Amino acid sequence: MVDLIARLGRHGCETIESLGRAGMFLARSAVGMPSREGWSLWLRQMYAVGVLSLAIVLVSGVFIGMVLGLQGYTILVDFGAEQALGQMVALSLLRELAPVVAALLFAGRAGSALTAEIGLMKATEQLSSMEMIGVDPLRRIVAPRLWAGFVSLPVLTVGFGVVGIWGGYLVGVQWLGIYEGSYWSNMQASVAFFGDVGNGMIKSLVFAWVVTWIAVFQGYDLVPTSEGISRATTRTVVYSSLAVLGLDFVLTALMFGGLS
Amino acid sequence: MADSPWVVVDNLYFARGEMDIFRGVSLSIPRGKVTAIMGPSGTGKTTLLKLIGGQLVPDSGRVTVDGHDVHALSRRALFRLRRRMGMLFQSGALFSDLNVYENVAFPLRVHTDLPDSMVRDVVLMKLEAVGLRGARYLMPSELSGGMSRRVALARAMVLDPELIMYDEPFVGQDPISMGVLVQLIKRIHEALGLTAIVVSHDIKETLSIADYVYVIADGQVMAHGTPETLDVEEDPRVRQFVHGEPDGPVPFHYPADNYYHDILDVRNG
Amino acid sequence: MKRSKMVELSVGLFMLAGILGLLFLGLRVSGLTFDAPRETFTLEANFSNIGSLKPRSRVTMAGVTVGRVSDIELDTDWYDARVVMEIDGELEDQLSRDTTAAILTAGLLGEQYVGLSVGGDPDTLGDGDTINDTQSAVVLEELIQQVVSNMATD
Repeated sequence: MVDLIARLGRHGCETIESLGRAGMFLARSAVGMPSREGWSLWLRQMYAVGVLSLAIVLVSGVFIGMVLGLQGYTILVDFGAEQALGQMVALSLLRELAPVVAALLFAGRAGSALTAEIGLMKATEQLSSMEMIGVDPLRRIVAPRLWAGFVSLPVLTVGFGVVGIWGGYLVGVQWLGIYEGSYWSNMQASVAFFGDVGNGMIKSLVFAWVVTWIAVFQGYDLVPTSEGISRATTRTVVYSSLAVLGLDFVLTALMFGGLS
Repeated sequence: MADSPWVVVDNLYFARGEMDIFRGVSLSIPRGKVTAIMGPSGTGKTTLLKLIGGQLVPDSGRVTVDGHDVHALSRRALFRLRRRMGMLFQSGALFSDLNVYENVAFPLRVHTDLPDSMVRDVVLMKLEAVGLRGARYLMPSELSGGMSRRVALARAMVLDPELIMYDEPFVGQDPISMGVLVQLIKRIHEALGLTAIVVSHDIKETLSIADYVYVIADGQVMAHGTPETLDVEEDPRVRQFVHGEPDGPVPFHYPADNYYHDILDVRNG
Repeated sequence: MKRSKMVELSVGLFMLAGILGLLFLGLRVSGLTFDAPRETFTLEANFSNIGSLKPRSRVTMAGVTVGRVSDIELDTDWYDARVVMEIDGELEDQLSRDTTAAILTAGLLGEQYVGLSVGGDPDTLGDGDTINDTQSAVVLEELIQQVVSNMATD
């Protein structure tokens, strides 16, 4: 019994310690970004992290929008309110689905790749050798990736929202025959730019920080063996998914909870 | 100052987790000489290099490089000091996203404002020295182990450091590339008079290039001297290591229970 | 060199797509217009029951949206609801003083909005004035109760 409590205590200490390390890590790598060199490094990471994730995010966005259109229609038609489909699709996408699903996809596509890449650099001593050359790997390797993730995810989220609304339009208007004018006008009447689009963007900024931070830190902090890399990649996906879903609840409660 | 040692390690203690790696190691690396640090695998030779380079912090003891206490320096000063040291990692540790030319040019690009034409001259000169000028457009993944180590050597030399540290330069090499590396290291240090620390357990090759040798085992310096004196050293542990005998004071068996009881236990269980 | 141009170009397009997407969300989806900081003036109206009217609900006149509800609060003098509306500035000093405000419902279960209809008074409503003649929201339960009790007395 005492043993069990002691183990719990040790586990707690380790968790707090690694949180502290992660915090220090973020503070040290996020500062001191811009330089001519840093700009081109950032560009290259934007390509790897953002542009290459675009395809999967857009395709998922279209499908989610289409499913929303179909499901929404079957529910709304019972109340004779299928004209409100545009409103339903747009609000659920902009407030919830676009930030959350884009962040989850991003964690799976870009986050795991970041972890594996940095982890492999650590395992092959590239980080050490960079340090010995007198270049801080936090600045050179980690910072551009962190900032690329921070900028990419909101852009991806916007893309997700746009194609999702288009997907809903395809199903609702083109296929099920809702009047096109009411699809858009109901949407415009109910979506507030700052309230809905803005809050969705704030969510996605928060998720971008958290997911990229977890991914990069897991890569930097892992045990440099092949098993360590595979574990860290898994941890990246698991931790960032949990963090995204948990934070989503907190943010939703803060943003929309008090709205009566 | 000219003949004071370049690196002094003074009574160094270092533990990783529960395991003591160093228990009071002291050694000094003279200027302009090739000093070898040898010992069986797992005695923390690479760790020692990382301690000298300031990547790890000892539990107690001091490391001074050219009169600076490495672990008392600010981060900025430490990075400045590191520009005067080159290190050759065991795997080469080339940056996998840059080609051979850019890998060698990397230290120049980050630490100097040389124009591109001059960077090119310096890089080609260093690549020529390791015989790989023709491989400059290859990516690290296209190089053999020996070639990538030679590229890494060119990179370690490109800033003309005063000290080069070699981490297991010969491990896992075929005899030809091993010979090439031995020749290279020997030539570089004879020609340029650089200080070198070679960490290795390849006895024959290391002894052929070293001016002075430290043997480390069990977290302590077990013996030191010139290659000639070590060869005739009386200490049985040193003899076993230097002559590569399979069993001796350093046991062949990992510590275990009595063999007889162990076997019987299995049968009973 | 060629490759890095490609990278730059695609990242540029990526960012551009993001900005265009945000514009789409702003203009097409949220119905923002660029002449946004429109002149408005406020009118107030007290209702004995506002039903499910919310801030940001529409204010219409003859079916045309002319403004939005900006604030709803309980008036502690009369214990009824004070609704503050922001109305299109073009209508300032145009609406007659006996304009009526009613809370209407879009469809049977749709959202509720405020409908204004003008009267014939030559005096007009200015910024901060109050509409006196109001008609509260129809609450479905009350309606049903009425029908039921009418049937009982018949």
